[in-house]
Amino acid sequence: MRVDLIDKEPSGPIQAVWEGARAIAAGFALTLKHLFRKPITEEYPEFKRPLPSRTRARIVLTRDPDGGERCVACYLCSAVCPVSCISMQSAEREDGRRYAAWFRINFARCIYCGLCEEACPTSSIQLTPMFETCERDILKLVYEKEDLLVNHGGKDPDYNFYKHAGVVTAIGGKGEHAGEDQPVNVRSNMP
Amino acid sequence: MIDMDLQTWIIGYGVLILKLGAVLLFLLLMAAYLVLVERKLLGRIQVRYGPNRAGKYGLLQPFADTIKMMTKEDIVPDAADRIIFLLSPAVVAITALLMFAVIPFGPDITVYGRRVPLVVTDINVGLLFIFALSSLGVYGAALGGWSSNSKYSLLGGIRGAAQMVSYELALGLSLIPVVMEAGSFSLVEIVNAQAELPFMLLEPVAFAIFFISAMAEIKRIPFDLPEAENELGAGFHTEYSGMRFGLFFLGEYVHMQVLGGLIAVFFLGGWRGPLLPGPVWLALKIVLVCLVMIWIRGTLPRLRYDQLMNLGWKVLIPAALLNVVFTGARLLW
Repeated sequence: MRVDLIDKEPSGPIQAVWEGARAIAAGFALTLKHLFRKPITEEYPEFKRPLPSRTRARIVLTRDPDGGERCVACYLCSAVCPVSCISMQSAEREDGRRYAAWFRINFARCIYCGLCEEACPTSSIQLTPMFETCERDILKLVYEKEDLLVNHGGKDPDYNFYKHAGVVTAIGGKGEHAGEDQPVNVRSNMP
Repeated sequence: MIDMDLQTWIIGYGVLILKLGAVLLFLLLMAAYLVLVERKLLGRIQVRYGPNRAGKYGLLQPFADTIKMMTKEDIVPDAADRIIFLLSPAVVAITALLMFAVIPFGPDITVYGRRVPLVVTDINVGLLFIFALSSLGVYGAALGGWSSNSKYSLLGGIRGAAQMVSYELALGLSLIPVVMEAGSFSLVEIVNAQAELPFMLLEPVAFAIFFISAMAEIKRIPFDLPEAENELGAGFHTEYSGMRFGLFFLGEYVHMQVLGGLIAVFFLGGWRGPLLPGPVWLALKIVLVCLVMIWIRGTLPRLRYDQLMNLGWKVLIPAALLNVVFTGARLLW
């Protein structure tokens, strides 16, 4: 098309007018043709496009396969949050494991960047494709722990943080903590 | 005797008010729905739906828009020249509405033995009246832009003034052949002169020049430099909000209809047409011209400023002058 135009450089004023008129007519024909096309609009409330499972929207707190809360209240998510919308208070259970006494996300401030999910060591905090969280009252967008907790493992359903052998603590050595697997033998693990 | 005179006067006054009311209602309703039609058609040209949420097919959208505009805050900038700022939207709307006063929308009808001409007022220099009002209309844009005390508005207002001064000439000159053919400045007479043949076939060059320069006059794309939104925000009405902005908007769409009416009167035979009554024919022709203008808006990009001036001064005005000469020669021999 472009080569075509360069080859046929208008030689005189009459030809230039003719070329111009033809180009404008082509434009009008194109818009007229589009006028009778079916619109490609997806009409939102009636049609909801299926979103990819990794879409970043409403944040949840997931549970491990045993049903326990995954969150260990390490504060990494609230530390990494660029808009500081996550706040929590850590507490310790009798067996020495940490949990969040309260956990709060202010969705009025959240920018859905997903950094909290990346920072989370236990795969607890996850973003879901659910984005319809509008509220008339902005304070209703402040979600407490009970609003955030869900009864599944999200994108990582089989992961159980405590099953993986950790480090030696005052309570026990590697693989000696409650519900913990033995450390993986790196020699048997070779390909 | 005096009683008879008074009676005639009162009845004449009543008829005038009725005609005014009918024309005003028609213009305002049409303007509201023209906005919807334009948005719908532009949407379809761009392969989307356009407004379709308020009512079936978005038919209540004009009312929703009106309510929105009415209830919005009417902001006057601190630095604005208050009185001029408040008045200039009215200038645009009033001049647009007044122009329709001389457009005939049907043949004379007889009601209870009285002859009622279907035109608000038949001035014998109706064409000059139209030119006067369209020149006054520029004050709305120019003063609105100047009084806002914002650089975008000012640039838009200056562009509007320059553009209208340039295209007014071509607009006037393009209609001289029509006046020569009809032998009258009265729009009623011009329509009557087209009983056999609409002037569009007789004067195609004048028609093209008039259409182009009238589009420049009412600031339609591709001549919407005064409100070029991607360079000037919104041009001369950047600082306006609420119903004052609505008045500018209304003025623009009434202008579109007036232009449709003028093209119908000058070139398409006005209310003349087979089968249907006169007002219906005029309305159809107005709608047709408006649809073509929407199509043009959906197709052509905006002209650059120097292109705009080149087209006006170097193409349209010489062509219009030549057209006057040729028409004169044709009428003479």
